[in-house]
Amino acid sequence: MAEQSAGPGNSGKMEKAWGEFMGWVDERFPLTETFEYHMSKYYAPKNFNFWYYFGVLSMVVLVIQLLTGIWLTMSYSPATAFASVEYIMRDVEYGWLLRYLHSTGASAFFVVVYLHMFRGMMYGSYRKPRELLWIIGMAIFAVLIIEGFAGYLLPWGNMSFWAGQVIVSLVGAIPVIGPDLMEWVRGDFLMSDITLNRFFALHVVALPLILVMLVFVHIVALHHVGSNNPDGVEIKKNKDENGIPLDGIQFHPYYTIGHDLPAIVMFLIFFCAVVFFAPEMGGYFIEKPNFEAANPLKTPEHIAPVWYYTPFYAMLRAATFPLFGIPAKFWGFVVMAGAIVIPFALPWLDRSPVKSIRYKGMISKFMLGLFVVTFFVLGYLGTIAPSDTATLIAQIGTAIYFAYFMLMPWYTRVEKTKPVPDRITTSH
Amino acid sequence: MQSVMNNMKKMLVRSVLIAFLLPGAALAASTSNWPMEPMEPNLQDLPSLQNGWRLYVNYCLGCHSLEYQRYERTADDLGVPHEIALEQLVFTGQKIGEHMTTAMQPELAKEWFGAPPPDLTMVARTRGEEWLYNYLKTFYIDESRPFGVNNKVFPNVGMPNVLVELQGVQRSACMQMPKLAANGGEMRDPLTGAPVTEERCGQLVVDEGTGQLSAEEFDQAIYDIANFLYYTGEPSRLERHRTGVYVILFLVILYVFTFLLGREFQKDVK
Repeated sequence: MAEQSAGPGNSGKMEKAWGEFMGWVDERFPLTETFEYHMSKYYAPKNFNFWYYFGVLSMVVLVIQLLTGIWLTMSYSPATAFASVEYIMRDVEYGWLLRYLHSTGASAFFVVVYLHMFRGMMYGSYRKPRELLWIIGMAIFAVLIIEGFAGYLLPWGNMSFWAGQVIVSLVGAIPVIGPDLMEWVRGDFLMSDITLNRFFALHVVALPLILVMLVFVHIVALHHVGSNNPDGVEIKKNKDENGIPLDGIQFHPYYTIGHDLPAIVMFLIFFCAVVFFAPEMGGYFIEKPNFEAANPLKTPEHIAPVWYYTPFYAMLRAATFPLFGIPAKFWGFVVMAGAIVIPFALPWLDRSPVKSIRYKGMISKFMLGLFVVTFFVLGYLGTIAPSDTATLIAQIGTAIYFAYFMLMPWYTRVEKTKPVPDRITTSH
Repeated sequence: MQSVMNNMKKMLVRSVLIAFLLPGAALAASTSNWPMEPMEPNLQDLPSLQNGWRLYVNYCLGCHSLEYQRYERTADDLGVPHEIALEQLVFTGQKIGEHMTTAMQPELAKEWFGAPPPDLTMVARTRGEEWLYNYLKTFYIDESRPFGVNNKVFPNVGMPNVLVELQGVQRSACMQMPKLAANGGEMRDPLTGAPVTEERCGQLVVDEGTGQLSAEEFDQAIYDIANFLYYTGEPSRLERHRTGVYVILFLVILYVFTFLLGREFQKDVK
């Protein structure tokens, strides 16, 4: 760093002044210590692969959403919701760009988060000692679902209105307290400006605050236990004489610049291609009926949530029969909520002696593959209008989704696993 | 440029949809089976957009507002000087910076048509520009309807045929049409070589001499209106495409440098 090209005395002075300044700060705030703990002396396994990009990309998208969100809020007004979005699209300088960055960012968020979660499932990143890390991550996912839903209402297009209507009315299906609870959630007897205003408050203040705090805690937990890796080997078990993991490498600069920076730029290329050339993504990122203002008298031909909720929506619709005298709608709500809650238990459902899918047996590999296929099939079914066949497939899909988790204690124990190496296997 | 962009966009959408295993059939807007004529919008064609604006103001704005679009923005984007726009296109005494609202009162409109005519600023984004073109083309005489006309693309629509003076009176009739052979070509009599025809009903024919415009001129006129509404749906579209090219180019170059930088660091990782 200290290149003494011109005026060595001068740059030496600069360096001394900088050192004194940092010393002054460090006496009062653990700046260097924190940087070293989380970045330059945080040792991450050397064998990270493609799947390890999506954590940092989630952070990138979070920043995109926060920044564009702040600027959108400067021009958006829930009082004239639909018109104010068109005002942003037409009259605000680069408003269209802010809006498309934000709407594409919402979809991108779920793309990277789903891939990040899949990575965790694949390599057993939820296993001891990372149970809390996984639970915090799942909490982030749950909050993200609500955040996305609240944000989806804000343009107050016709699909915003009716999707809001459908989801809020689910609360009303809860026995006994349902109707009152629904009124409490909506703040009104029907979907109204009051509902929109409270979702606005949740979307721009409450939920982002929770989200950012959870992300912070997620990283604190991660850096405390250390990163897992594709082999599921604990690198802390093999340290050199200085206490540095033999299979570890400083997170900064080797992962920040060496691994993540090019990946972030590559991600931005894909992201911007959508933002600038296909922001509606054929009606999947911004749905066509949402270009019409909310109209309580005109139901869209086909109400479908945005693509990232469709697997859960398909499971919601798969519940078609009443049980114990309670209508099917409530059971659909229970199934959907269950589908979001059950992955929280993963650390205790997985009884395999190994962490990574690389060393697990055939049943685990098959079940994970089946789970992924099922998730895509359910996602597709959630976008189409219901039919008898579609409902039947959705019911089978729902059964498989839950079977993946419920049967895990059994199939991870009975299958034959491969021996796990002591050290990581690098392809470098 | 425009068509290249559209192709790029289609390819992008298709590849991502295929990647996500999602088919594109979920959001079909129309419920009729009318065979749609293709309509490719062109935002570079300023004369078409200007004519579309002129026709819209004369034939549509009386009932259908463009309440999110301003006269000024439209004039600037379409290359129309403000004085000319105010003189020829603003009939409501509004200022150039105002939204293109309609003078029709919604309560009266509801009484007359059963529902107030919808705002059309973003109709091309909900229905599609191709739908608009075909909709405007397929009004025909139907005495059973309140306004004496029906539509092939939007059956039983509650709107009169406002372009009748341009198009002329159109009827849904039975016609002798060339019969198609199995190979898709026109079937011909094997002896005489004369084309073989069959009667097909539900075909649209215009009574000759009833419209001010020829068939081609009318097609161009409704193309211009649909093209104009494609513009109002998203007036920043061209700017978006232009900016996008530079952004992607910048990122690609940035990628090369970050990749090379990253490789230098990765060399140290053994």
